[in-house]
Amino acid sequence: MTLLLTSLLKFLIFLPLAGFVVSLLIPGKMENAISRVAIFTVGSHLVISLVFLVFWFFNSYPTFETRELILYDTERYKFFISFYLDKITAVYLIVGSFLTFLVTIYCSYYMHRESGYKRFFNTVLFFYVGYNIVIFSGNFETLFIGWEILGITSFLLIGFYRDRFLPVKNALKVFTVFRVADMALILAIWMSHHLWHENITFSKLGDSRAVIEHLQDYPVLGILISLMIVTAAAAKSAQLPFSSWMPRAMEGPTPSSAIFYGSLSVHLGVFLLLRTFPFWEHQTLIVILVFLIGLSTSIIATAISRVQSSVKAQIAYSSVAQIGIIFIEVALGFYDLALIHFAGNAFLRTYQLLVSPSIVSYLIREQFYNFVPRRYIERHATLKKIEYSIYLLSLKEFHLDSCIYVFLWNPIKWFGRKLNFLSGKVGFIFIIVTFFIGVILLYNKQSIPQGIREYLPTIFAFIGLVMVIKSFTERKDIKLSWLLVIMYHIWIASAVSFYENVTMLEIIIYLSGVLVSGIVGYVCLHKLRILEHTIDWNDFQGHVYEHPKLAFVFLLSCLGTMAFPITPSFLGVDLMFTHIETNQVGFALILALSFIVVGLSVVRMYSRVFLGPHIKTYHDIPGRNS
Amino acid sequence: MKAQNSSFDEHEVLHELKHFLPAQAPLKDFVHHNTLHAFQDLKFYAGARHAKKIFGYFVSLQLDEYRALCKSGRIRKDVLERIVSEKKGLEHVDGWMENILSKKYDTSIPPRIGSLRSNWEKQYHIDLDLIVHPFLFRILCSYLDQGISVWSFPVGHKGFLSSLKEIEKDNYTSFFKTERAKKLLLKSKCRIEQLLKILVGDESLYQQYLYDQQFSHQGWSGMVSTIEDQPQTLLNQKEISLHDLVCFELLLEIDALDSQFGEDWLPIGSNLKNRPIELFGEVPETELDEVLSILHDAFEWSYYDQVLAAIQLQKQEKPAAAPGKSFQGIFCIDDRECSFRRYLEKVDPKCETFSMPGFFGVEFFFQPEHGKFYTKLCPVPITPRYLIKETDTKHKLQPEPLFSKLSHSLFQGWLITQTLGFLSALQLVLNIFRPAMMPVMASSSAHMDKASHLTIENKNPDHKENDLQIGFTVEEMAQRVEGTLNSIGLVKDFASIVYVVGHGASSVNNPHYSAYDCGACAGRPGSVNARVLCFMANHPQVRAILGSNGIIIPAGTQFVGALHDTTRDDITYFDEDALSSVNSVIHEKNVSVFAEALDFNAKERSRRLVSINTKLSAKEIHEEVRRRSVSLFEPRPELNHATNAICIIGRRSLSKGLFLDRRAFMNSYDYSIDPEGKYLFNVMRPIAPVLGGINLEYFFSRVDKHKLGAGTKLPYNVMGLIGVANGTDGDLRPGLPSQMIEVHDPVRLLVIVEHFPEVVLGSINQQPATYEFFINEWVRIVAVHPETREFFLFKDGNFLPYKPLPQSIGSVSDITALLESAKTTVTTDIVEATQENLPVYWIN
Repeated sequence: MTLLLTSLLKFLIFLPLAGFVVSLLIPGKMENAISRVAIFTVGSHLVISLVFLVFWFFNSYPTFETRELILYDTERYKFFISFYLDKITAVYLIVGSFLTFLVTIYCSYYMHRESGYKRFFNTVLFFYVGYNIVIFSGNFETLFIGWEILGITSFLLIGFYRDRFLPVKNALKVFTVFRVADMALILAIWMSHHLWHENITFSKLGDSRAVIEHLQDYPVLGILISLMIVTAAAAKSAQLPFSSWMPRAMEGPTPSSAIFYGSLSVHLGVFLLLRTFPFWEHQTLIVILVFLIGLSTSIIATAISRVQSSVKAQIAYSSVAQIGIIFIEVALGFYDLALIHFAGNAFLRTYQLLVSPSIVSYLIREQFYNFVPRRYIERHATLKKIEYSIYLLSLKEFHLDSCIYVFLWNPIKWFGRKLNFLSGKVGFIFIIVTFFIGVILLYNKQSIPQGIREYLPTIFAFIGLVMVIKSFTERKDIKLSWLLVIMYHIWIASAVSFYENVTMLEIIIYLSGVLVSGIVGYVCLHKLRILEHTIDWNDFQGHVYEHPKLAFVFLLSCLGTMAFPITPSFLGVDLMFTHIETNQVGFALILALSFIVVGLSVVRMYSRVFLGPHIKTYHDIPGRNS
Repeated sequence: MKAQNSSFDEHEVLHELKHFLPAQAPLKDFVHHNTLHAFQDLKFYAGARHAKKIFGYFVSLQLDEYRALCKSGRIRKDVLERIVSEKKGLEHVDGWMENILSKKYDTSIPPRIGSLRSNWEKQYHIDLDLIVHPFLFRILCSYLDQGISVWSFPVGHKGFLSSLKEIEKDNYTSFFKTERAKKLLLKSKCRIEQLLKILVGDESLYQQYLYDQQFSHQGWSGMVSTIEDQPQTLLNQKEISLHDLVCFELLLEIDALDSQFGEDWLPIGSNLKNRPIELFGEVPETELDEVLSILHDAFEWSYYDQVLAAIQLQKQEKPAAAPGKSFQGIFCIDDRECSFRRYLEKVDPKCETFSMPGFFGVEFFFQPEHGKFYTKLCPVPITPRYLIKETDTKHKLQPEPLFSKLSHSLFQGWLITQTLGFLSALQLVLNIFRPAMMPVMASSSAHMDKASHLTIENKNPDHKENDLQIGFTVEEMAQRVEGTLNSIGLVKDFASIVYVVGHGASSVNNPHYSAYDCGACAGRPGSVNARVLCFMANHPQVRAILGSNGIIIPAGTQFVGALHDTTRDDITYFDEDALSSVNSVIHEKNVSVFAEALDFNAKERSRRLVSINTKLSAKEIHEEVRRRSVSLFEPRPELNHATNAICIIGRRSLSKGLFLDRRAFMNSYDYSIDPEGKYLFNVMRPIAPVLGGINLEYFFSRVDKHKLGAGTKLPYNVMGLIGVANGTDGDLRPGLPSQMIEVHDPVRLLVIVEHFPEVVLGSINQQPATYEFFINEWVRIVAVHPETREFFLFKDGNFLPYKPLPQSIGSVSDITALLESAKTTVTTDIVEATQENLPVYWIN
């Protein structure tokens, strides 16, 4: 029986991926074929899930895990894909499968004749792949693959209307927040390598005796890991202080907003908490933190939701408030309640969003029959003042949106401005000179005194960080910006090469993907330059209007250079991290930070060059306010 | 268009500015109008050219698209050549044809608007709009909100700026980040000129700055301006003015600049590298403009010419055998009714149909029982003096628990998500697999309870409510019935039942629902009007008066009101129990005729509703069509006025033998009973503003989907129940969603009137406002000589003879086969989409 379940399980993960690949191959004009593939994929996924869960249930719902693919195996380190199933997975599976199925059918009609019909279903299926990987993941590494897929598909779905300014801008904004979650997760992975000295699986995390034992030895590390997990969860689930991305994600077609930001994607933070609960349930500090995050979010988001005058923002904040309560439930250990609450909230918000355009006719009619003019009564001055203040604060979303801007963007921009001198030719010279110095140092690493050598990896990594930040803030020369990203990877690889136990294979794994993607991307930019004579990217250019294929290839190379799990570099990043020791926090932080910025930089490059309102005005283009 | 002068007159500038802003009312009162109404004092092409170069609107198809249409044959070569030779002279045809078909032009449009304010970004490196707009919109929307928010704007009864002042005054936090703007709001008079001095400095640029600013979010500015002029359009009335909006926006801009640069930055006017082009300076016509207008003319005439040829060359029908009509029906002028009438006449050749604007000549306010407000039921420009009230209703409003605002509160939300949340999963499954009527939808039948009574007759003129007379007196009724019957030419040979059929629409998930109802009833269904007219025409005293004026309605004749649901193709009859026993039997027979005609009508419509297989039987398709109207996931419940192109005013014999593919508005009119055009004047009055308005709104929404149209409806977010925006931060989107216009051919309305040219001229040139449409060619008009069927095209104030080009018109005997074999377009590309429109056929 277990054998049957295991093979079904594999099928559940494989099926969305197969559907996604097939959907990529169908020509864009064949709407019916595209939607049928999507419906068939998600529909059979739902059926198999149901069959599976029935069997599973009558087998007294065992928790089980499989170890699938060992991608890298040395004595020192093992990287493997692992899957895991328990009650949490089951609930997320059934809710996700059910809602995605309904919404896919919904969209097959709703999206009819929309330009980008194929793109939409491709992205939805890819999202679904990511979702399934996350909920079935048996270890952090596997989870991270799905997590990354969700991040990029969210970017694509929010920016679905890529010829308009606001969707693209907001897609970038949300991507930034997700990137913070990614960084937190990477750091959590890195630290738990050192805590457990292995690639820890979730089933082992469930072994509370082992957890407590390990934590006794490394209490601080334990807290730090939990902190990172909570940060990732809060960002993904739009909890404080990240909440303001949620209403801004409502830029895509209504059903995609409904399912992804109303229900599935936004509850994955909760999933992460539930999944890692055995790890942090004994850390009182963290439990209190989760509780407080949930509490403050639920109160503040409710206040914000009450003043919203647009229907989607209202639903978004209500949903965030409920997720706040779910956080509280998780913190208090009400596992089952949290799961029920998740399902109910997901269903309700999906439904409310899908029906949201009807609110006009419904509420206007209600108003027509039941309207009572409001009476404005004079009140005590202080009470009035408090009321006005809270109202205005709620209207301003408690400054949450500018908060993100101030804490995330401004420091990076400030740093970037300091690097302004690296523009133009100086930039290229900087790249070349530092490169040669690096090569020389690396070549003679044996003759460098140990005292200095110890710091070289961190210094190298820092140079890499400087490069990506320069790349991120560069506004004139896009090729320079792109080259800096490639050089960054070379610097990181060199930094790690100082360690004795690094093998050539590991370096090759790391560099292969990013370098190939780097070259392809460079060629794309070069070709665009020839076609358009100049690439001004101070503002969005919208070249996808004329060069959709080039845009697609460039998007792929962007994914490659940010070590997205489509090239071996993804594994490489993980390998690089394993070499960093716990006493090299600086190196790890730099690496994690630069990892976020690389993603932001290339996605920003893609957006600026290819997305947004087209710069050519020979056809109707949207205003900047739509 | 006015020349700019250097001294700034705030009042005048705002007044002018309002004229150019979109004039679209809040969603519940959505009524079509000419999007470029501000340019209507110019000839069509000149007005469009100004709009294009000043505001950057796209006002025609793209040059490449026209050329592709030439290649595909949709733009006829003979038509094109004729237009070129008329405009440019025979000897220049070859040269111009070369220009038109292959010369390379720079077709990009750098608009003048925004060029002054773009210097904020160029010189100051600050994206002012990005900082100011989202917050400004949120405050506007919260202030005007009609009922989405749970916690509404704390001060709402004092005018916009005063409300803001009050909130700012008593507050621990502030609208602003810096001190100066706060002080300006609280301590000064906050005059626009004073604020502009800080921001712009140079007085001669003030006007241009305000245009730039307001047109950077024309959706909200237009909404504010409309609400300022018609506060009654909001049920929960809010006082607001463009002046207040401008003031607050200027303050926010000062605040944004202060917080970036401190208080010592130079106004934009003193920091200009070069002066922006005068906004309303001359807009010279280029060769490209001429090429585009010739191509567009050819695009229109390729269709018009075919229609005219078909009318002229069709076999003259023998005058219908007079008595023995099975029934008569009066329908709305609406283009959606034209195929319905055709099928009725086909199913029952002895019936006779008429049409006129769907308020049927009775204008009043309507108050449903328990309703707290009045609803206007007549064309928007008319202000009625009458009120009709509904009594004895049976239906109650159904609440939708899943929409309950309680779900947005913390604890009740917690309960609701875990209980109703699961119900919503079930509901969702039902909605997707078995769509059915639901409380949230907009249904044509909800307008008036079928079983209710209406207070139509007024016995005491002093019986008034809020200055409105309740009901009509007998004389007033007789006057209206007489006018209506005369205008459509139904003055003799009455059948035993005359149906008066209003129309409305049903849809779900459709914020633009009111655009789908009857335009002549101010965007509401026409059911009440139909019932009211019937009551009047059935009234014995009214008949007596009519009889003495020469219209003798036999005692056995009864008028029956009905409502045609254009989305579902259902029909509801009113007051059937008042029918005599003889007529009841006849009615029953007619009901099945209507039912059959509606099945066919649904089938004809289905060919453009792609998810339905047109080859199925009419009955099956009709079921599909009904299901579609209640499906949440269907963005096109019906296509509304899409593809409208012509309007025929005359006897039915003019159009009865033609297959016009639902592209024609039709107004019955018999020139022979109105030789002087006394009634024609009344008939022509709403044609240009109502039908021209519909046509031009479709036109411009089609050619510029982004700035004049509302873009795709799929991501819409409803703002304050008054408008839609994309996402949560964006501007309101006036105009029509692309799902409504994607198959529309952008052609101006061609009005074809059957009467002598001089009479037609007399009927259109008396009211300057409507005459403007014709003389400036925003609507084209042709007179058909009623005896010879010669055409006279109206141009520069005169009707001049027009001869259609020689061509062959096909004839068709089996329309069903024609529809089943018709092509459906896959893309919305104009070359492909226009092929979906069938040519004109003679019906055998």
